[in-house]
Amino acid sequence: MTAQTTAISPMPPTRPSTSRRATARTNQGHRANHPASFLIPAFAVLGVFFFLPTIFNFVYALTDWSSFKSEIRFVGLQNFQDLISSGTLLSSLRITLVYAVLVAIFQNLFGLLLALLLERDTRINRFARVMFFIPVVMSALAAGYVFQAILKPDGAANAIIGAVVGHPVTIPWLGDTTWTLVVVALIHSWKWMGLSMLIYLAGLKTISEDVLEAARLDGASAWKTFRDIRFPLLAPALTFNVATALLGSMNGFDIVQATTGGGPARTTELLNIFVFRTFGQGLFAQATTMSLVLFVVVVALAFPVIRTLRKREEVL
Amino acid sequence: MNATTPISSPGRRRAVRPGGRDGVWRRVQPAVAILAVALLIGMPLWIVVVTAGKTQGEALNPDLSLPTTWQYAENFAAVWEQGRVPAAFFGSLLVMVPAVIGVLALGSLASWVLARRSSRLMAVLYALAISGIVLPPAVVTVVLLLRQLGLAGTAIGMIGVYMGMYMSTVIFFVTGFIRTIPIELEEAARVDGAGPLRVFGRIILPLLAPVLSTATILICLYVWNDVFYAFFVVGGRLDTLPLNLFQVASAGLYLDNWHLIFAYVVLMSLPLLVVFVVAQRKIISGITSGAVK
Repeated sequence: MTAQTTAISPMPPTRPSTSRRATARTNQGHRANHPASFLIPAFAVLGVFFFLPTIFNFVYALTDWSSFKSEIRFVGLQNFQDLISSGTLLSSLRITLVYAVLVAIFQNLFGLLLALLLERDTRINRFARVMFFIPVVMSALAAGYVFQAILKPDGAANAIIGAVVGHPVTIPWLGDTTWTLVVVALIHSWKWMGLSMLIYLAGLKTISEDVLEAARLDGASAWKTFRDIRFPLLAPALTFNVATALLGSMNGFDIVQATTGGGPARTTELLNIFVFRTFGQGLFAQATTMSLVLFVVVVALAFPVIRTLRKREEVL
Repeated sequence: MNATTPISSPGRRRAVRPGGRDGVWRRVQPAVAILAVALLIGMPLWIVVVTAGKTQGEALNPDLSLPTTWQYAENFAAVWEQGRVPAAFFGSLLVMVPAVIGVLALGSLASWVLARRSSRLMAVLYALAISGIVLPPAVVTVVLLLRQLGLAGTAIGMIGVYMGMYMSTVIFFVTGFIRTIPIELEEAARVDGAGPLRVFGRIILPLLAPVLSTATILICLYVWNDVFYAFFVVGGRLDTLPLNLFQVASAGLYLDNWHLIFAYVVLMSLPLLVVFVVAQRKIISGITSGAVK
């Protein structure tokens, strides 16, 4: 491979045509060649460590399980009622959804801009791509602490802005009840934008040169070529990036915990931060209930999101 | 990525678009790229590196200035002790290595069958197997389950939880990849009288190297950096690097010990960064070839 990107190519695995052809032939008698018993170890692990706890989620959300007593009693929908009447459920849910949407927007915007900026295969661009991938490799917790330090009211960010505008600045980046959620979403996007960038770069590489050449000869401007040709052809990369950013940040924890811990005044308390906090207090049933809420919301969102994005691909 | 041919090469792109109107952008672009790297990546990393070498007083407000007295040795020694870095490093390895090997081995074996057999039942099983890619793990009740199994707070419990979480990712990537491998390759071995396990081990497994290396990278990244699930399953019982960073930082923020927090961040990030810098070409092309379908 001459450059890291030359090897990038669309991966054809899940194409139905290939699979149907391959599998149809096997089914003509040779079941023993691919014994179903080979599925057992993987499904045993999945069943015990993934599906069983998920089923438990539905059961224990209806109990009063806590660290304060040894007995676990069935209490019906009491946990849901408590969380709804205290307003915690709706506010955590709203915060999580806003956070996820903001991350999906920022991360894709930054990733796409970086991909377009670093598209050509020059030595500087290859170096820059590696640099932008460093945050992806770093621990999210560590990244969060770094930004907590930088964004303190008397921290480096305000010092630099102060030097530019000429007078001292003390913006409480992480202490605002409205805007801190946006700041934290920006940090989350900073951490993962390198991954989105790579995927957009791979997508850009798959666009045929002939199409772009034709557009150029027709006198299309760079912007028009991007809007009408290259962006629509990036649909598979966009699907992947939006779905992973949206669903990944729904399940977010590390960056918010490291920067704000859910504050100020619990305005950045994602569902997982709530789960973490109440679990630490020994309120296991409440934590389970919130964990179930997250599960249900992700399921409810995942299928429509993926279907809509896939449909968009087909139309284009 | 080896199974497919590259569609366009960058060399060709350069030849086709010499670009009259791109001329200005072409000259400005390297400067913009370097500026973006310096501002967005260089500055935060610089702050981490210089703050890790400062005294507590100087590190109160981490900034771009160099330390007046360099005390990397003292700071690293302090976190080495307080953050139990050796124990955490081996704790992280103890969990990551078996989890990754286990999930890849069991996942590929199942993927082979899922890719090669087609029936309604297999389709359902495949959908079930990959559902974990989007579904969030039930983090609270898994603790209860591990307690019932007698695995609470143990490395084995943690390994099982990570395997359960990433099995879907492995099955998704590997099943797709196996479908591109011609079945004739297997049939040749079968004619020679090889049993299914032998066919899998001798023929299929070696061909999976590219997709397994991509999956290894991704899962190592997630497991090595995970603090959320580790906190629930082994928090306080087993040292891992992120758990101990969390502990150092929780105490450190209270005491304004930024120099120690950043020294820990440097120590903790070094192993992954070294691996990444050494293998960056393979890692980057591996991840991108797996993602865009």
